Amino acid sequence: MNALVPLMVTLPLVGAAIALIAGRHRRTQVLVSIVTLSLVLIIAAVLLVAVDTGSPIAVSVGGWPVPFGIVLYVDRLSALLVVVSSIVLLAVLLFSVGQGAADGDDDTPVSIFHPSYLILAAGIFNAFIAGDLFNLYVGFEILLVASYVLITLGSTESRIRTGIVYIVVSLVSSILFLAAIAMIYGALGTVNMVQISERMTELPQETQLVLHLMLLVAFSIKAAVFPLSFWLPDSYPTAPAPVTAVFAGLLTKVGVYALIRTETELFRDNDVNTLLMIVALATMVVGVLGALAQAELKRILSFTLVSHIGYMVFGLAIATPAAIGATVYYTVHHIIVQTTLFLSVGLIERRAGSTSILRVKGLMRAAPVLAVLYFIPAINLGGLPPFSGFIGKFALFDAGAQSGTPLAMVVIVGGIVTSLLTLYALMRAWNLAFWREKDDHTETETLERIAYLGDAPAAGVQTERRVIPRIMTATTAGMVVVTIALTVFAGPLYDVCARIGESLLQPVHLSQLQEEAGR
Amino acid sequence: MDVSGILIVIMAVLFACGVYAMLERSLTRVLIGFLLLGNAANLLLLIVMGRPGLSPFFGTSDKDRMSDPLPQALTLTAIVITFAVSAFLLALIYRSWQLGQADTVEDDETDLAVRGRGAAREEDLDDEVELENADDAVTTDFPDVDTSPIVVLHHRDVAGIRDDAPTDGPDEGGGR
Repeated sequence: MNALVPLMVTLPLVGAAIALIAGRHRRTQVLVSIVTLSLVLIIAAVLLVAVDTGSPIAVSVGGWPVPFGIVLYVDRLSALLVVVSSIVLLAVLLFSVGQGAADGDDDTPVSIFHPSYLILAAGIFNAFIAGDLFNLYVGFEILLVASYVLITLGSTESRIRTGIVYIVVSLVSSILFLAAIAMIYGALGTVNMVQISERMTELPQETQLVLHLMLLVAFSIKAAVFPLSFWLPDSYPTAPAPVTAVFAGLLTKVGVYALIRTETELFRDNDVNTLLMIVALATMVVGVLGALAQAELKRILSFTLVSHIGYMVFGLAIATPAAIGATVYYTVHHIIVQTTLFLSVGLIERRAGSTSILRVKGLMRAAPVLAVLYFIPAINLGGLPPFSGFIGKFALFDAGAQSGTPLAMVVIVGGIVTSLLTLYALMRAWNLAFWREKDDHTETETLERIAYLGDAPAAGVQTERRVIPRIMTATTAGMVVVTIALTVFAGPLYDVCARIGESLLQPVHLSQLQEEAGR
Repeated sequence: MDVSGILIVIMAVLFACGVYAMLERSLTRVLIGFLLLGNAANLLLLIVMGRPGLSPFFGTSDKDRMSDPLPQALTLTAIVITFAVSAFLLALIYRSWQLGQADTVEDDETDLAVRGRGAAREEDLDDEVELENADDAVTTDFPDVDTSPIVVLHHRDVAGIRDDAPTDGPDEGGGR
């Protein structure tokens, strides 16, 4: 079982090398990528079952004894997130294969897409299973460098412009993270997360607070928590549709994962929960207000993405086992639903030649399948029962109400308003793009009512219409099925998340880790 | 833990200069700022190593007088990462220059439009309109100079210079 753990990182890296060598043979590249990610999915699923029924698995890389060498640590949280992210990566890969097969390579140099994509996957998996802070930093760097390549893919003018913003912001957060690691090492003499957690309580509260805030700022930039979220809605929408989908689903969630570890494991008795509550409320409200002012679907979705990070931060701020469990469930839900929505918007862009809700119309009649593929994840994200968005939000609000502080109540109200406004933003898009008939005589009236959207960014962008290959529709449909499965299997999944919440708040001791690594 | 005060001062200066340079508009300066910040962080890792000692070879030196080897390993990794990222940034700067004839961070047109709308509405309330004209001056420390400080000869201006990078696209045939 232990031998499987490092494979989750090495397989994608080897796959990336093969894909790079096979740059001239697109079929080989596709085959290598699909096989690699499927293998990781199988390994992660096996590990999830193993750690859920047994104990966490620790592997000391290179055979160095535990607190000194690199430790890979797989507990329920890591295994669950690796399973979910490999599902998402696989789906987006199939989607992009469909797109590439239909378009040829004129837009993007496909030869570097697959290697970069696999390296991105390796970085994400490495971040999830890192047992020490420095390895987490390395995981972040691997995925960020791959994401720099992917976001500037094809190096057109607009992608370079927005890519630079993304890259410079990421660089600053990485340096901050590295400085925080150095400070933690200076204070505690270790970078192993379990050992940090043990020794942190011996430090004076003020020192803990400085270290805590440094890590929080570094991770909040990556997770796009307001006020550090300004870069996201600017840089995501210009990347190619599959790239945006995977970035929106996964990259911010790696930041959220790091925040979860920071809040639960690293700083057990130093809490900044009041600050987190306020930040969560601001993230929700400011994000969704941004979404309301947009006329372009990818930008609307980017703003709702920022807004919904607020729910996860809210769960962390409550800091009870139930709340942490709900946060994990919400994270899983959000990874899958947000990716699915971006994929279906990718389909809309091809079908209608635009993602501006002022231009697109009559899609209900023209593309009924597409309508279903947009509608289900949209109401799911908006939080209508019985979907997983409702379950996740309900669990979060329930945990918040049980904590009973006045501030938590305010955030709950803010969360409900945000949820309704999300629904409003997505349903307005639905009404305009799908319900509105091609020859609607009440059109001028409708347009007058939303005239204020006319000067929103990219409101009038039109690209050429293209056919949608079956594989793209099939992949999106598959992802919609996965979002429904989140609801159907909410019971078992929620139980796993609740167990994660319980175990994250219980202290792990170094001796346990050493014992597990020795096995 | 004994540490050298000079190192701390140097680190602080590097951090300050790095942040200052990163706030500039010119991408080359952003790169320099990033390099300074990266070195400052590496220096911080060396500072937390504590008192310098013998080289940490297992079995050859007295283990009580050895330096702590772990920060050195961390620093090495960080140096490699900084190196790779700066190579990527250089390529990006070159591409940005190729496209826009400038290595500066460009204004986002939609941002400008939004600011313009806001300014028009607030004009009656606010008498700080003169800021509009002064905004280029506040983003650079050379207010009267063009913000593209590097002049590079380009084949569009001077015949005989070939500086276009091979592309991966179908028209060049370079990448396949």
